[in-house]
Amino acid sequence: MSHAFVEVQQAAKRFPGAKGGEGLTVFENVSFSLEKGEFVCIIGHSGCGKSTIMNALAGLDQFSDGAMVMEGREIKGPGLERGVVFQNYSLLPWLTALENVRFGVRARWKAWDETQVTEHSLEYLEMVGLKGVEDRKPAQLSGGMRQRVSIARAFATRPELLLLDEPFGALDALTRGVIQDELVKIWSRDRQTVFMITHDVDEAILLADRIFLMTNGPQARIAEAVEIDLPRPRARAEIVKHPHFYIIRNYLVDFLVNRSGELRTVDLDRLGLHYPRPVNPVTESATESDSADAPSSASPIQKLVKFTPKETHHG
Amino acid sequence: MDRTTTEWKFSLNFRAGLLAAVILALLLGLWEGLDRAPVLGGGGAELSEYELLMGGADETARVPPPSDIMVRAWEQLSDPFYDAGPNDKGIGIQLGYSLFRVLTGYFAAALIAIPIGFLIGMSPLAYKALNPFIQVLRPISPLAWMPLALFIIRDAQASAIFVIFICSIWPMLLNTAFGVAGVRQDWVNVARTHELSPMKTAFQVILPAAAPTILTGMRISIGIAWLVIVAAEMLVGGTGIGYYVWNEWNNLDLTSVIFSILLIGVVGMLLDLALGAVARLVAYQE
Repeated sequence: MSHAFVEVQQAAKRFPGAKGGEGLTVFENVSFSLEKGEFVCIIGHSGCGKSTIMNALAGLDQFSDGAMVMEGREIKGPGLERGVVFQNYSLLPWLTALENVRFGVRARWKAWDETQVTEHSLEYLEMVGLKGVEDRKPAQLSGGMRQRVSIARAFATRPELLLLDEPFGALDALTRGVIQDELVKIWSRDRQTVFMITHDVDEAILLADRIFLMTNGPQARIAEAVEIDLPRPRARAEIVKHPHFYIIRNYLVDFLVNRSGELRTVDLDRLGLHYPRPVNPVTESATESDSADAPSSASPIQKLVKFTPKETHHG
Repeated sequence: MDRTTTEWKFSLNFRAGLLAAVILALLLGLWEGLDRAPVLGGGGAELSEYELLMGGADETARVPPPSDIMVRAWEQLSDPFYDAGPNDKGIGIQLGYSLFRVLTGYFAAALIAIPIGFLIGMSPLAYKALNPFIQVLRPISPLAWMPLALFIIRDAQASAIFVIFICSIWPMLLNTAFGVAGVRQDWVNVARTHELSPMKTAFQVILPAAAPTILTGMRISIGIAWLVIVAAEMLVGGTGIGYYVWNEWNNLDLTSVIFSILLIGVVGMLLDLALGAVARLVAYQE
């Protein structure tokens, strides 16, 4: 376990209560690891602490408890080996699109000369389809274009770990689809490790190798790590036709709608140091129907929470 | 099409200019007319002995009419830099002295106010520690410092500059602190995730982010400085546009007084326009 690329162990976030009052534990006993080159999405309801986990990985926030290690070194404070794409883009409004990307590139490679920085930045702006608007200020760009600049800025610094905090949350569905495709394209080039928050189940299936499912806060946990075995490269139009797509999708939606609130912390904590249980909805749904009478070899949680995938169509 | 282009043949700017010109003409005409009208109604009335002595002139001194002021303006502006002794210098020289004092005191204030404002904006400790001083010193009329300045500095010129310094420092200080403290955390986070040094963060992120607010403070300051210099120069005397106004009053030359009043307004406007242009350079849209 200690050889994983990123390792988070027993992280917790607690807020002290007012005088005499009880404090608030947003989440605790959260442990997980990310492998190099893996694309992981994390899904959970608002208030479960996803953003805190992400900000802690970015070095912008701190856990109340727990340890974070990346490539054998403890994560302490922000660093250029971790790139962040914020939900609200966080572009510097007094700089043009190009200058915003250059800002990151120049910080990353201080020895580069101006032309080298510009060329590298332009290459990434072109990759997200922003050729020709590089001299515009963020205010003169649409929301989708701004997020593209933000993505270009993050990818251009070639971080080893990319943290995306609901990057498409503020975009309309059409724009979101287009930029998702661009994200897939740009990611398949360098294969960075990506950790992404999303609320969109379809988006998570399209992008992720694994999806972490968080139970509801307070005292949230990462309960499961769902493996997405759909073949890559994936395209939005194609994956919906894959026979596994709806099995996975229904599993995720069922978790969010029903189980995220039902799963009780005590059940999870009985396992001690709790890593999310790996789940493959496809094989699981197969065994469930095939071997209903066979002696169950499932983990303790499966015994606690009876789960049946529903063949209902959401959305 | 919008309303202005369909209903009106001329642009809004043109119409506004026209209206302003009409108002100006009306005001000047009224002023001129009132000034020229005979004080005594009827015309047929007997002149008093005094009036006869004065050759039928007005009993009371009058505000000079605009035509006189225009003539004076032409005289003064056609030779602004003559120097015929301590009490008779061209208007350009007087304005030059005033501008020199204002700009020296103003930039000295900026040099101190902006870094300290930065510190106060960045550090809650510095804010809490320095705030009582600022709150006490800020409401003091800059002219109240004058006796102390004259005593300590023992130089009229430097004291006037000090008064400008002390009156321009507060808006710049407070606006800088306000602007720096209000920089969006997102932008600071961008600097942090890019491992920018504190100096680079200050110059590449916080300064440009706070620049519009700082410039607003600088604009308020230059306005106040220009207001105060007139009063300060009336006190210290010798040179400057404030001294000129007072000197012409002592000469009972109201034409020159009115002319210099207008000139003070014009120069103040130009100073504000200059800072407005700088403010536009650093402005950004979120």
